[in-house]
Amino acid sequence: MTASLRKAVVVGGNRIPFARSNSVYAQASNQDMLAAALEGLVARFGLEGERLGEVVAGAVLKHARDRDLTRETVLGSRLAPETPAYDVQQACGTGLEAAILVANKIALGQIDVGIAGGVDTTSDAPIALNDDLRRVLLEANRAKTNVGRAKALASIRPGQLVPDFPRNAEPRTGLSMGEHQALTGKRWGITRAAQDELTARSHRNLAAAYERGFMSDLMQPFLGLERDQNLRPDSSEEQLAKLRPVFGGEDGTMTAGNSTPLSDGASVVLLASEDWAREHDLPVLASLTYAETAAVDYVGGDEGLLMAPAYAMPRMLAKAGIGLEDFDLYEIHEAFASQVLSTLAAWEDPVFCREKLGLDAALGVVPREKLNVNGGSLGAGHPFAATGGRIVASLAKALHERGGGRGLISICAAGGQGVVAILESEG
Amino acid sequence: MTDLYTQLVNNPVGKLIASNVGLPRPVPLERHTPGAPVLTGRALLGGAPGGRLVPEIAKVLALAEVATSTSLRTDLREAAAAADLDAAVFNPEAPDDQRFKALVYDATGITSSTALAELHAFFHPTIRRVQPSGRVVVLGTPPEQADTPKEAAAQRALEGFVRSVGKELRGGATAHLVQVDRGAEGQLASTLRFTLSPKSAYVDAQVIRVSHGAKVPTKLDWEQPLAGRVALVTGASRGIGAAIAEVLARDGAHVVGLDVPALGDDLRDVMEELGGSALELDITAEDAPEQVVAYLEKEHAGVDVVVHNAGITRDKTLGRMDEDKWGLVLAINLTAEERIDDALLEAGTIRAGGRIVCVSSMNGIAGAAGQTNYATSKAGVIGMVEAMAPVVAERGLTINAVAPGFIETAMTAAMPIGPREAGRRMNSVSQGGLPVDVAETIAWFASPASTGLNGNVVRVCGQSLLGA
Repeated sequence: MTASLRKAVVVGGNRIPFARSNSVYAQASNQDMLAAALEGLVARFGLEGERLGEVVAGAVLKHARDRDLTRETVLGSRLAPETPAYDVQQACGTGLEAAILVANKIALGQIDVGIAGGVDTTSDAPIALNDDLRRVLLEANRAKTNVGRAKALASIRPGQLVPDFPRNAEPRTGLSMGEHQALTGKRWGITRAAQDELTARSHRNLAAAYERGFMSDLMQPFLGLERDQNLRPDSSEEQLAKLRPVFGGEDGTMTAGNSTPLSDGASVVLLASEDWAREHDLPVLASLTYAETAAVDYVGGDEGLLMAPAYAMPRMLAKAGIGLEDFDLYEIHEAFASQVLSTLAAWEDPVFCREKLGLDAALGVVPREKLNVNGGSLGAGHPFAATGGRIVASLAKALHERGGGRGLISICAAGGQGVVAILESEG
Repeated sequence: MTDLYTQLVNNPVGKLIASNVGLPRPVPLERHTPGAPVLTGRALLGGAPGGRLVPEIAKVLALAEVATSTSLRTDLREAAAAADLDAAVFNPEAPDDQRFKALVYDATGITSSTALAELHAFFHPTIRRVQPSGRVVVLGTPPEQADTPKEAAAQRALEGFVRSVGKELRGGATAHLVQVDRGAEGQLASTLRFTLSPKSAYVDAQVIRVSHGAKVPTKLDWEQPLAGRVALVTGASRGIGAAIAEVLARDGAHVVGLDVPALGDDLRDVMEELGGSALELDITAEDAPEQVVAYLEKEHAGVDVVVHNAGITRDKTLGRMDEDKWGLVLAINLTAEERIDDALLEAGTIRAGGRIVCVSSMNGIAGAAGQTNYATSKAGVIGMVEAMAPVVAERGLTINAVAPGFIETAMTAAMPIGPREAGRRMNSVSQGGLPVDVAETIAWFASPASTGLNGNVVRVCGQSLLGA
């Protein structure tokens, strides 16, 4: 089998505005939101009745019944029902990893067109049976006689009726992601002022993007929401400075302002070969050229939970043969302002780059004026699996809009993982 | 081995009483054990901008495998990276529970009195983070090598700073000022390791001069730096002398212990245990120097380390001191050392890279009532070391002295309680030193890596108030 590589291009994207947890989307399921985002994309690019190569999406918080969330969503959509689909899940890296998977198949010629996406709800979250109760019920189910069933059920105790809520904590450390990042931020000497400044800029940049109509063909309203609910266009460092720390104890520097809130939302991206896009008279915004996923040992090792992108980046840059400075736009997912700043500090630090990355010198400096120019997760919110699609679509558009260039994506994920990718546009 | 008072104030009741009544609260000092790391905790490395020592310090810390942190300042981070030092990042805003075993600060960049503000900027947020038995090591330029009078003043000012820090530090922590000659940056390893390690437990607030010297050996087994070397130790049968012999043997040396025939049994016991050899000799005898030379030439074809430890006291106030008491003390404590050195140097018995280390005394610096003879001899030792330093340097040798303060020995145990308790407590660590503290300091001078140490007199006194 021979496979000649071809370009996998981003045609466009669509998402619904991101809502804060337990708010306007409280009654919406993952499938509702993913379906809405997908329907908008189908409508925007005239995909009704088309049989696509595949649709790949996922959710981080997922009900047991959503076993084939993406396929079910496709079946409910106006795409041809013959379009295959599958779910992926890699925490906050889900959306970008899905785009990489689709792009790789396109590059290999296995498919010509596909959709990548992600969705998450922290409002309509899955609540599981108490594990003890689950065992009793399974036992009762296995029993062959009514007496056996009654006996099993009689053993239920009130304490077992308390359900299992999903926790925002790493199973192996018991620490929440914020607590982990507080440790990392402390290690890198990240100050409160720097975090608040990055946060205010995220809001301002996103607000400006809305103002100039940048978001108009990247988004569709949903349940009455037309903009990301978390966005505060008038956000300022002064206001942010008043917030109390929520992670890292009383001396902590991380607040509800400079950390992303729990959010609900969905996003999808249409990827295709150049030929497919041309044949369908659709735009080519940018191509996805390089990607790398890294993982770090934050459990037994000494590395921070969200530092994996710092490791993925030099590996990808080496393969691409370019430096950290060789980009026109940078999109670093703002899980926490502290995470972005820790990652940037690591790339600028000659000690980290030598000892941890095996480089001869510091990896380089990301010019702040090229970073998250159309806003980031701090402004928009962060429905875990939906963030990758948001970033891919808006970076591809931004590169195309400026007449071409090279863009960098970096997304940290739970479990000590990180996904990075390069988009290149000829304008 | 801690004295009774130290044990008392370190039990819960004693601690409560001592802190409420305001009594000194000595803590047991950490001491070196073979195979232990140089530093048992983390070091924070800092420096005034424009200094010349950070790259060398970083190299020493990296080779010594000292866990290190620096602030996120480009010059510090680049120096650490170049030295392959995996330095963590320290943010001065970090919570107080971020503690350090050592603060190491390159002050050579301080070239004016206004730049002394750098000292405050570094130490103000960090000094209370120093752990028990911790270290503060400030490195500067010898004032006479300063380019301008203002730089000289600022560098001299470091001495007052370090001495005050030594007095402020609690929990057995100590401070040092290391003055590094321009061009002697590569000579830092042995001194930085010594000042950081528990080997310098009872050395506090000293000014150590690191100067040009022979090339430092590129490869050295720091656990056995004296392997293959021969060390002569006078007065080796007991007390501090026996401790010196023990530590030099631990460091790999073959020790030739020397003492008077009257103490021959003790001497042989000590040497047998260390695998050394005993040389029974009265060093005041007319032919003693020749005998020493002949023995060393015959048995070992030379010697590498000579430690002049033998010394006696014959205390009386001057008006009551007879000529014998005066004469014997001077003959043993000073004249014998001069004669032995002369003979060894004349015969060329001390091999290249050799070390002469003399034992002076705090009382030789401060003076002591009833010890005119002793203090005269011990001050004379300092004069001898300073005058001989350039002479022996021409042969590639070094000569240095230690000046012990109150050391817990059979001799001090026999003192009346008043002077004994005063001697023990009137220093920054509120306790007496141990013979091993003197021995470790001598072993530091004796190390093949200490080529840059010549003409130093370092007190082993816990920053005693006497003579300081």
